[in-house]
Amino acid sequence: MARKLPSADVVLVGFGWTGAILGQELTDAGLQVVAIERGSWRDTPTDFAVTFAQDELRYYWRHALFQQPARETLTFRNNATETALPMRRLGSFLPGTGVGGAGIHWNGMTFRFLPSDFIAKSHNTERYGADAVPADMTIQDWGVTYDELEPYYDKFEYLCGIAGKAGNIKGKIQDGGNPFEGARSRDYPTPPMDMVYGPTLFANAAKELGHRPFPGPSANMSRAYTNPLGAQLAPCTYCGFCEKYGCGNYSKASAQTTILPVLLRKDNFELRTESEVTRVNLDASGKRAVSVTYVDAQGQEYEQPGELIILCAYQLHNVRLLLLSGIGTPYDSATGLGVVGRNYAYQITSSVDVFFDDKIINPFIGAGSLGMIVDEFNGDNFDHTGLGFIGGGYIAGWNTNGRPIETHRTPQGVPRWGEKWKRAVAENYLKSFSLATHGAVMSHRANALDLDPTYRDILGRPLMRMTFDFTDNEHRMSDYLTDRAAEIAKAMRPREMKVTKRTGSYSIVPYQTTHNTGGAIMGTDPKSSAINRYLQSWDVPNVFVMGSTAFPQNPGYNPTGTVGALAYWAADAIKTQYMKNPGPLVQA
Amino acid sequence: MHKHYVIAGAVVLASGCASLALAKETSFETVQKGKYLTQAADCVACHTVENGKPFAGGRAIETPFGTIYSANITPDRETGIGAWSDDEFYRAMHEGIGPDGKRLYPAFPYPYFTKMTREDVLAIRAYLNTIPPASNRRPDPKLTWPLGYRALMRGWNWVFFQEGTFTQNSEKSAEWNRGAYLVEGPGHCGACHTPKNTLGGDKRSNALEGNQIQHWFAPKLDNDRQNGLGAWSVDEIAEYLKTGRNRHSGATGLMGEVVANSTSKLDDADLHAIAVYLKDVTAVAPELASKPEQAQMDAGEAIFADSCAACHQSNGKGVPHMFPPLAANANAQSSDPTSVMRVILEGARTVATDARPTPSSMPAYGWKLRDAEIAAVATYVRNSWGNAASAVTPAQVKTLRSALHATTQ
Amino acid sequence: MAPHDISRRNILSAGLVVGSASALGHLPSESKTIAGEMPWAPGVANAPEPITPDGYQFVSPDEAAFIDAAISRLIPADELGAGAREAGVATFIDRQLAGSFGAAETWYMQGPWGEGSKSQGYQTRLTPAQLYRAAIKAIDEHCHATFSGKSFAELAPAQQDQVLTGLEKGEIKLKSAEAVTFFETLLQNTIEGFFSDPIYGGNREMAGWKLIGFPGARYDYRPYVAKHGEKLNLPPVGIKGRAEWTPRG
Repeated sequence: MARKLPSADVVLVGFGWTGAILGQELTDAGLQVVAIERGSWRDTPTDFAVTFAQDELRYYWRHALFQQPARETLTFRNNATETALPMRRLGSFLPGTGVGGAGIHWNGMTFRFLPSDFIAKSHNTERYGADAVPADMTIQDWGVTYDELEPYYDKFEYLCGIAGKAGNIKGKIQDGGNPFEGARSRDYPTPPMDMVYGPTLFANAAKELGHRPFPGPSANMSRAYTNPLGAQLAPCTYCGFCEKYGCGNYSKASAQTTILPVLLRKDNFELRTESEVTRVNLDASGKRAVSVTYVDAQGQEYEQPGELIILCAYQLHNVRLLLLSGIGTPYDSATGLGVVGRNYAYQITSSVDVFFDDKIINPFIGAGSLGMIVDEFNGDNFDHTGLGFIGGGYIAGWNTNGRPIETHRTPQGVPRWGEKWKRAVAENYLKSFSLATHGAVMSHRANALDLDPTYRDILGRPLMRMTFDFTDNEHRMSDYLTDRAAEIAKAMRPREMKVTKRTGSYSIVPYQTTHNTGGAIMGTDPKSSAINRYLQSWDVPNVFVMGSTAFPQNPGYNPTGTVGALAYWAADAIKTQYMKNPGPLVQA
Repeated sequence: MHKHYVIAGAVVLASGCASLALAKETSFETVQKGKYLTQAADCVACHTVENGKPFAGGRAIETPFGTIYSANITPDRETGIGAWSDDEFYRAMHEGIGPDGKRLYPAFPYPYFTKMTREDVLAIRAYLNTIPPASNRRPDPKLTWPLGYRALMRGWNWVFFQEGTFTQNSEKSAEWNRGAYLVEGPGHCGACHTPKNTLGGDKRSNALEGNQIQHWFAPKLDNDRQNGLGAWSVDEIAEYLKTGRNRHSGATGLMGEVVANSTSKLDDADLHAIAVYLKDVTAVAPELASKPEQAQMDAGEAIFADSCAACHQSNGKGVPHMFPPLAANANAQSSDPTSVMRVILEGARTVATDARPTPSSMPAYGWKLRDAEIAAVATYVRNSWGNAASAVTPAQVKTLRSALHATTQ
Repeated sequence: MAPHDISRRNILSAGLVVGSASALGHLPSESKTIAGEMPWAPGVANAPEPITPDGYQFVSPDEAAFIDAAISRLIPADELGAGAREAGVATFIDRQLAGSFGAAETWYMQGPWGEGSKSQGYQTRLTPAQLYRAAIKAIDEHCHATFSGKSFAELAPAQQDQVLTGLEKGEIKLKSAEAVTFFETLLQNTIEGFFSDPIYGGNREMAGWKLIGFPGARYDYRPYVAKHGEKLNLPPVGIKGRAEWTPRG
């Protein structure tokens, strides 16, 4: 029997980045906020301290900070002709769990999307004609523009102390920044990180080819920083245990380092951990959420009523919760009708390894977002005429790590084990480097999320089913990008190089990115979107859904900057519009 | 934050009317002043158990002589001080004697509170009268025999207790005198920071020269540059007390609690006065330490580079206001290395305040480093970058490690 | 209302807290309500638990012989330095199989079981511990049949390489386990054991790190960021330190 608790003004489901942002913004507005997180409390000095954070086996290979499939996973298939099978082990993506979520183990790459990304459908159609967007490519305009989001990008960047160099301040192009970016109101809060050797070589080669590389915008601090809330971060020490790990010295932006010191001191905020929300409960009309039901670590069920319920879990969980709670019509890829589960997208990546005889790269000096970026082939920054695809991605010379189990490059033709392998690893470890491509994935009619008919989680609820594959558009785009990367690699004049294109069907096995997007997308039309431009559910106006869940398709940049901006944008709409007049903020 | 207290105070005032009726008519200003002084004296810290009702007592105070439990100072008539007269309250604070003539133990720092004016003491009383009465009878003290006999305190008081209200020093400024009043009276800083003799009395001639207490070393507060406040400016002392940190150091452990409960709530003028007074405390040069062994310095250097430099930097400069610099760090060069060993063993959290909300914390190293390693790196820190202080031995680390382990059981 | 600092403290229990070697940090879980401040207590460290390297806890003597021989081919000793055997990788694998990795504690191990495409990843219903047990037995049976009654450990190195290659390519079919899955797991675990922190039993004396020049569990490279292209020769350090941490004499 679920114990019913006193009502709260706001209930936050999940407590990572967006939970912390919404918690901070809405408590500031005087609302009483309860956050419910299924994982445990964790923090810098006790859980990812400098005394033991450098443990490659434990954190990356044994997944100590990530979601455990034993507890919750999803089923996967490339297309509807297959039977979806469970993702039994983590691979392609690493969802987080616990306070701070994936924001604890992220790289810190904090980009903004391009202005044209927000109007991908109309922009590409206008420039290249209607044929440029095939019938089954279900991309859409977002319903919000870059200019509208600009102040909120700024707010998230200043919250985090992002280290970078602006490329476009109020329309004036700045040397050393990204010449393609949308206009920003001011520069980054801190200057770029000091660059290590590999990315420097990459940038020099890129410049030789006429590109304009710029430092990757980084949430790893380039100096000590105090953010507008008064929270303090320390300088990054280039330890090389950044992405997939927690930061031990307060130098990676996360909920814990940027918001929680202030938020947790407030009288009107409470956090419950190891409490898993199993569903959102609606009233008889189905148009109003009244509470969430959650289960604590001992198995006791509770009902937490709330006036405003905000889904702040990871993208995959948000979609699953909507499906399990009956909020919004589930998408059916056969008919193309419905909204919850449609437009699931991801990222397509590839790499080029370079090997030197004479250059010592020291790959272990790294940080999650340490590197140089070439953006000439992202979005619509280049003419796609005749290429047979839309979208693009960036080419990066990142130096994030030299952790040996993960990073021990061997040239083409070297066997995978034995004497020759050992020799090749020993000879090339210090003297090799990788270029990475990070490409967009357009939404497709067949790529979708729904509930699996067979497999269940430990609480007996159906797992979510992911049907996804790259399409010709992605492969052509990625191959093109990889060729451009290979050109830069060649200009680095290595002894040899190894080009690894992304080929064949999308596989859930090798790690690629944790950039899952879509499933409850934002838009202007309730027939083709689940939430409106303020991230408010069309069907249940007192439910808002945060995260990359909102992306109608996934551009060629890391998502977190935009996730943060959208969270602030939605919080603003709640504070200035919804609180005054609860109800739909957009008339359908 | 503050508005909650005012509202709560008003509500409580209304509900406390019954007990107020017995006392003299008290103005709101007096109650507010009493509240402020209660914060200055940090009554709540000793007189409240963790998660317990405020001021209801029962908190175990560890002394070298055993454990004493703090009194219930809510207005409860049976188990608190509700039935006490104002004179009885003043006598307790001023003489260390309870209503039935019972001697109080100086774990209750009446040797400091004796300096407070009667007006201030009664203001505190007026504030305490507004606290919701809580029924809580404290356990009896568990003291080494024969100290359980309170009558023995007569002799102790005769030797060690100097009763008397604070008198102004006419040669010093008004601000200095205010600071002196706060430090020597309600602040009772010497209760932790002044070394004690074997019978637990203050070594008055060594006032504020540092003292080991509850497995911490409360550092020297004189104006010595090496291990006192000599390198701190008046403003930096005030900043530390108000925000919990300055560019030299951050308050942690027991001092962190003092900042959170007490000094962060004092007004800027009073904090400045305290700082002015402390900066006038005559410097006592530290004992000359003998040069440390090279083997310890070499090992310490390696450990430091691998385990400490990420925050404190290889040049010892740290990150001001976040990770204390160890170069020229007065606390780290204390004659008694207890605090240095302790923060390495258990980690330490800088107190969070509204002004500085990030509780920047050092992780625990006790599981990672052996006694000899902790001794080496502590010795290295105490003798690098111009620092000079006694070496730390593995035996010292071992003793502290066992003592701390015993207190968490 | 009294100062909230006392009455609204979090209820995180104090005392030493140590994570498990299996890297899960699993402790009896307890839902908590957190308000008023960031939880913290002195001495708390969700630290890993080093293994104690004496004997084997999971593998039988026959299994140990197989593993010892196989890892010696996967990463052999040579003039560059120690191989997997010398680096203690067999101990590493044994402790992993004995712990939560071996039991597949974090993986989804509910049925039904299907084979699926390569894209759908591992669908084996065997835990790693079961996989090793079943596969090693089957491989030795294959070797007995193919190499005149010899077990894998008794074969000449070239023959061992032949068997390993056969497993890797799926040319050797095993009755009770999937050969390719086993080989990939063994290879992965061998590399893990060669390069992980010595507290887990492998990478003895940091042999793996010394081979490649990885400085280990350090946390501050700021003094070296600008030293582009320089050989740094930083001695490797593990989570539990290095020899130089011990005062000499």
